[in-house]
Order: sequence, then structure tokens, then C-alpha cells
Amino acid sequence: MPGIEDLYREIILDHYRTPRNRGELPPPAVYSEGNNPLCGDDIRIYLDVADGVVRDVKFSGQGCSISQSSTSMMTVAVKGKTVAEVQAFVRRFKHMMTLTNESETVDESVKLGDIEALQGVVKFPVRIKCATLGWNTLLEALTEAIK
Amino acid sequence: MVTTLTEASHNMSFDSAVIRRDFPLLAKQIDGKPLVYLDSANTSQKPNAVIDAMANFMRESYAPINRSAYTLAANATEQYEGARAAVAKFINAKSAREIVFTKNATEALNLIVSSWGRANLKTGDVVLLTHMEHHANIVPWQMLQQERGIELRWVPLTSDFQLDLTSLTSLLSGVKVFSFTSMSNVLGTINPVEKLCAAAHAAGAISIVDACQSVPHSPSDVQSWGADFATFSGHKMCGPSGVGVLWGREELLEAMPPFLGGGNMITDVRLDGFTCAELPAKFEAGTPPIAEVVGLGAAVEYLTNIGMANVRQHEISLSSYVLDLLTNRFGDDITIHGPRNPELRGATFSFAFRGIHPHDISQILDQSNVCVRAGHHCAKPLMKIIGANATTRASFYLYNTTTDADTLADALDSASDIF
Ligand SMILES: Cc1ncc(COP(=O)(O)O)c(C=O)c1O
Repeated sequence: MPGIEDLYREIILDHYRTPRNRGELPPPAVYSEGNNPLCGDDIRIYLDVADGVVRDVKFSGQGCSISQSSTSMMTVAVKGKTVAEVQAFVRRFKHMMTLTNESETVDESVKLGDIEALQGVVKFPVRIKCATLGWNTLLEALTEAIK
Repeated sequence: MVTTLTEASHNMSFDSAVIRRDFPLLAKQIDGKPLVYLDSANTSQKPNAVIDAMANFMRESYAPINRSAYTLAANATEQYEGARAAVAKFINAKSAREIVFTKNATEALNLIVSSWGRANLKTGDVVLLTHMEHHANIVPWQMLQQERGIELRWVPLTSDFQLDLTSLTSLLSGVKVFSFTSMSNVLGTINPVEKLCAAAHAAGAISIVDACQSVPHSPSDVQSWGADFATFSGHKMCGPSGVGVLWGREELLEAMPPFLGGGNMITDVRLDGFTCAELPAKFEAGTPPIAEVVGLGAAVEYLTNIGMANVRQHEISLSSYVLDLLTNRFGDDITIHGPRNPELRGATFSFAFRGIHPHDISQILDQSNVCVRAGHHCAKPLMKIIGANATTRASFYLYNTTTDADTLADALDSASDIF
């Protein structure tokens, strides 16, 4: 059995206890909702995109330590990035979560920084859905924002 | 349905530590630690009696049923029908013709809604459900609602997690069907089945008992319940997955149109139509789960030998132990969503613990090989009503001991260490 310390790294617990960018954004910011039907977790990502750049991002909802901290770290990382950068970043994260297929190109030079701490989730396959919930929801919000 | 201490034919020889040895998987160790299986409300483990009966059947007797004249097939049919008779006896059905094998309880409920429901309900007809139903007793009705425009009404809960029956008479007024669970798979609450069936009949409604959570854990008597239909799953009662049971009063089953069409459910098929087979074949289209039915028969025999009153008695004692243990040890740090009186509940405990998310709790308990379920337990409307997105659920069965409960409590402590 993989050790639980691979999952609950300090940085992850820190973002869980003190989530960054929690809250909502008023229109014209857009939002998307995601949920994990297995556990009933739900998340909302609010996104303010202007001139092709993520000006602000916030999230609300309920979830386990992995989904909450993963989303919190994600919001910190994507703020200020261009839409294209965010898309490459999400692909890079999903690649780490073993969720990209071979035909997708992943830019290995994209650095995940703190988010590398979530690498351990891969050893607990049921939790991959928790870790990616916020990210999939972000992609949906992004599609909405650039429509 | 509540078996009290005096009613139960209390068998002093019942010992869960001994029973446990009948279940090979429970002897398994992971990382040198024993397995603490507390997810039987989800699905139960299997005793050797069931595993061997299925393996022997497949090794020695496997053949098609109802179709062939050769001896092997005749013997397989006999075993299959023997299991049907055993199940009928187990729940005190009037005859084996009232037992229909399905895939699981979910299919059995869908069968009732699709066949009886479509034949008997029209726009505006009312079906009464309760706030503590499993999705399997909600969604099929909602599907019929979309198709037919039937109305769904709900019996609410009291603050101590019982059905609030104060307005039952008015809720039942004009109702055609009252369909309810005999025991909540989330709260553990045991419902007064006889009383609810009687109230339904007094209002001119039929009663459907989703008996999935009670048949494995306590004596069942569909005749004394006064029910019209009951449904349950083999896999929660020491039997294999892949087989469930629909019991229905013969007159009702007789009058119902078939559910699935195909082989086995007909006596004649012509280019211009078909003639249905007699009960219960009428509702068993296609090749059934033959070995699984034989396994369910063995499970019923196994449970009968132990005695369902003894199982119930054991779970009352264990519930009492678990409730005391968790509340004494954790006080306000634990919230158990369910009745406090062990006589009014099964040994299924959903709880919130120190604000730690159920997913995280179950992950940490897994480090101690404690298997619990985290989530909404297929009862999302109920979860919303009790104000939880998810809970952790520990559910005990005949093979669980007080040691299992102790390990659960110790493992919960380690969850607090991490968070
Ligand atoms: C009360 C209740 N009803 C119905 C079901 C559905 O059973 P199955 O999934 O075996 O069809 C369950 C299973 O969890 C249950 O607990």
C-alpha cells in the first residue's frame, strides 16, 4: 500500500486549511460548475478573462482535501497567464495525473511548481478525479469566457 | 420488524468471531494487518458455503435450465428451482411462484414501476415515497413521472431520523402506491413496515417494500408485513452479485404485463404475436444468472442455519457497543446521522467527524485496512435534507466483532493526527 504521506504532503494540507482565491466574481466574469458524482463534491470556478489574459479567478464549493487544495493551487498558478498558457498548463497537469493520451502534445517545459506535490495522487487512482475536478471545471469556464 | 431481546430466540452459540472464519476473504491480511470490512450495507462478503456451492455447481452440474430434456439440464433446473423455493421460505412467501429472480433490487424496482406502474398509473396519479429512499426507489418513479405526469409525494423525517408519520393519513389521501425502504442505507433507521403497509391499504394504495437493507439482517415475513411487493439484492445477504429478488403477491404479478421480452418468458410466439409464460417465468426473460441463483440459495440456507433472529440480536448488541464507543470517545467531535436507540436501527452508521471530508477519512482508515464508504450512498435527496454533501459510513454485519469497532475508533484518531 502506498504511504499516506505521499498523498497528504504539507503544501497540500496548507492549501486545504487556508485556501487561496476562495470566493466569487460578479459578471462580466463567467463561471462553470463541476461535480464528482461519486462523492457529491461540487465546485464553481469564476473566471475573469480580458484581452486573452486571466485577470482574476476564484472558486467556491465543497470537497475533500485533494480537490480543494488542487483547485486552490491551480487558481494561484493561472492568474495572469494567457489563455494559451493556461491550456498548456492544464494539459501538463493532466499529463502528470496520467490522463493525457499519446496523441496529445504536452509541453514538458511547462513548470508546475508547487503543484508537483500532487504527483503522489497518482498512486491513489480513485483520488485522481478529486485532483482534476477543479481543472476540468476551469477548462469549461475558459471555453465560456472566450466564446 | 424490530426484534426485541425477549422476542428473539436468543442463541448463546452465536459468535461473530467464529462466523467470521466462514468468510475466507476476512482472513486476508494486507501489509500484515487484518482486514476490517465495514461496508456490508454496500455489499457483503461471501461465506465458503456460497463460494463452494457455486464452484461445485459450475464444476459438476452446470447446464441450461428449463430448456432441455437431458439429465444434466433437468438437475440444473432442479437446483435453480430449489433456490427459488428456499428464497420463498426465507421471506415466508405464499408460494415460490411469487419469487422472480432479477439482476438486483434496482432491476426489481424498475420491473414494478415499468410493468405495474405503466399498467395502473395515469396522469395525475400519486405515488408516495419517503425522504430516506435510495436512488433505486426514486429515479424509476421520476422516469415514469416524465413519461406519464404522475405526482410524487414524500414522507418527511423527524429530527431523530425517523419517518414523520404525523401527517401520514393526509399524505396517503388519493395515493395509488406507497413505496418505502424497510431500513435506510444511510441512517440505519428501521421503518415500521407492518404499520406502513396497513396505512397504505387503508388508503386504497398498494405497498412496495424496498427490503434491500433489512432482508440480510433480520427475519422477514412478507405475509405478516401485509406488503404487495418487496425487493432485495443477493449480494448484500452473503450471496453473489448478479441476482436480486422481486417478490409480489401472486394476483398482482399475474395481472401484470411482462417486463423484458424474449426467450423463457413465453409459451408461444407467432408472426402475429406471443403468449406469456406462467409465473414466474413470465418475468424471467432470457438466460438467467443460473450459478448466481444457486449461490443465493446457498446463502439463504447459510443464514437460515445461523438464524436471522440471532443475526438481528447480534447487530443490536453491536450497535449498542458502537454507539457507546464512538460517543464516549469522540463526544461532540462526531455526529452520527441516525437513531440512538439500537432497537430502532440497523448497524449502519453514517457520520461526520471533526470536519474532515469523508473521502479523506476513508483514505486514512484504509491505512488500517478499515473499509468504509464515503459519499452520498445513492441517496442524494436525503443527504441534502440532513445537510451533508457526503458522509462516512461504517456498516456492520454478522461477521463483524467489537474488535472491528475498536479498530475503527483507533483509525479515526489517526485521521485527526493528519488533519
Ligand atoms: C435501500 C436500498 N435500496 C436499493 C438498493 C439497490 O441495490 P442494488 O444496487 O443491489 O440494485 C440499495 C443498495 O445500496 C439499497 O441500500
